[in-house]
Amino acid sequence: MSDRRRTIVLPDADARRELRRRTRRDFLIGGLVAVGAIGGYEWVTHAKDDNGEPWPQRRVMDFNGKLAHSYLSNDHLMPTFRPDQIGHLKANGDIGMKQPLDPSKWKLGVAMGEGDPSLMLTLADIQMLPKIDMITQFCCIEGWNQIVHWGGARFSDFTKKYFQPGANLPKYVYMATAGEDYYVGLDMKSALHPQTLLAYEQNGAPLEYDHGAPLRLVIPVKYGIKNIKRIGLIRYTDERPADYWAEEGYDWFAGL
Amino acid sequence: MIWSGLLIYWAYPIYTAGPIHFFPQSLFNALHMNQRLADGMAMHFFFMWLFVINGILYVAYTIWSGEWRLLVPQSFSAFRDAWYVVLHDLHLRHEAPTQEKYNAAQQISYTAIVVMGIGSVLTGLAVYKPVQLNWLAGLFGGYAGARYIHFFLTMGYCLFFIVHVVQVALSGWNNFRGMVVGYELGNENE
Repeated sequence: MSDRRRTIVLPDADARRELRRRTRRDFLIGGLVAVGAIGGYEWVTHAKDDNGEPWPQRRVMDFNGKLAHSYLSNDHLMPTFRPDQIGHLKANGDIGMKQPLDPSKWKLGVAMGEGDPSLMLTLADIQMLPKIDMITQFCCIEGWNQIVHWGGARFSDFTKKYFQPGANLPKYVYMATAGEDYYVGLDMKSALHPQTLLAYEQNGAPLEYDHGAPLRLVIPVKYGIKNIKRIGLIRYTDERPADYWAEEGYDWFAGL
Repeated sequence: MIWSGLLIYWAYPIYTAGPIHFFPQSLFNALHMNQRLADGMAMHFFFMWLFVINGILYVAYTIWSGEWRLLVPQSFSAFRDAWYVVLHDLHLRHEAPTQEKYNAAQQISYTAIVVMGIGSVLTGLAVYKPVQLNWLAGLFGGYAGARYIHFFLTMGYCLFFIVHVVQVALSGWNNFRGMVVGYELGNENE
């Protein structure tokens, strides 16, 4: 192999002068690049706030979400697990569930577009849909995960009941607790994913209070924050819905 | 990437070396790194693009310029030579093995760091999209396995960085200038 090192032959004093010149030049360039990099970093981390994060980061976050949305597919399924792998799921959030629940009074409002719900459903209405059992991993945005056995109805089956086959579906779904203290926004593609359930059973028993009784969303293609508990309202909409944690600096898409 | 990664790690800091936590809560508190998961994620998934683009440009340049021949070990004897370099640097061996631009220990570490970089991107993608890319997560033992490898690759960078900076400091000004300027003073008949 040839030696690729370049050699410049100069008289001693000239060589020293030439090296000094190049050193000055290159350290100056290096210094300017470093200052530029620090300036760029300061801008990216201190630009004007957009829902909890500097806007350049929010912009890239939304771009990443769009990219992930275009790759999302009903054929990309979360792997399912064996019953002996089921663990104990931590109950992490109770926003919108601080009032005691009266199961006999609970109703699920369904709204088509803006305005008041046009339908009020009971749990029995959901349980009439085909029941799906699945053992999947629940991934919290904090980094932990747990394997859980869920039982419930596919959101896609639920949606089919209210829209004609081939009808143009709205782009988004908004779900909220009864007082809208907690709310999530979902893209329609994720909502209709075959593993997205309106769940009323956990590990073979009815949902417990702190896990969102009587009805919660289980959406394995999203982080835990989107798996809203004690749903009181489902709204089909063409406007990108508000999302509790996306207003606190998190990714609106939050897809897995 | 390491800073924002730590902001994320704070939310679930489970890895230990025996009884010792890698990053105890007191450290996060002292550096005001607690309760900043959202900031960490926003930064991490912003700068990931720079990390990937930079990595692609670097590898493309070494291939285009032919520098890769100097960087990638060309035979298995590099491992033996690298060991001699380590002994030499620790003053346990008198002679250093012959070398070209980079010695065998440098070749192995500079090649390993690129492989680790690719590993970080792949395990990172597996943690980021464990359902859409579940085949990839599966390669690393699932979501938790990919997170584990992702973390320890980062510890590897920290080790590399420390050794690298110490070695540069020990090798002196002339070498450091050579790293930046690309030239060193030498005698014509050397």
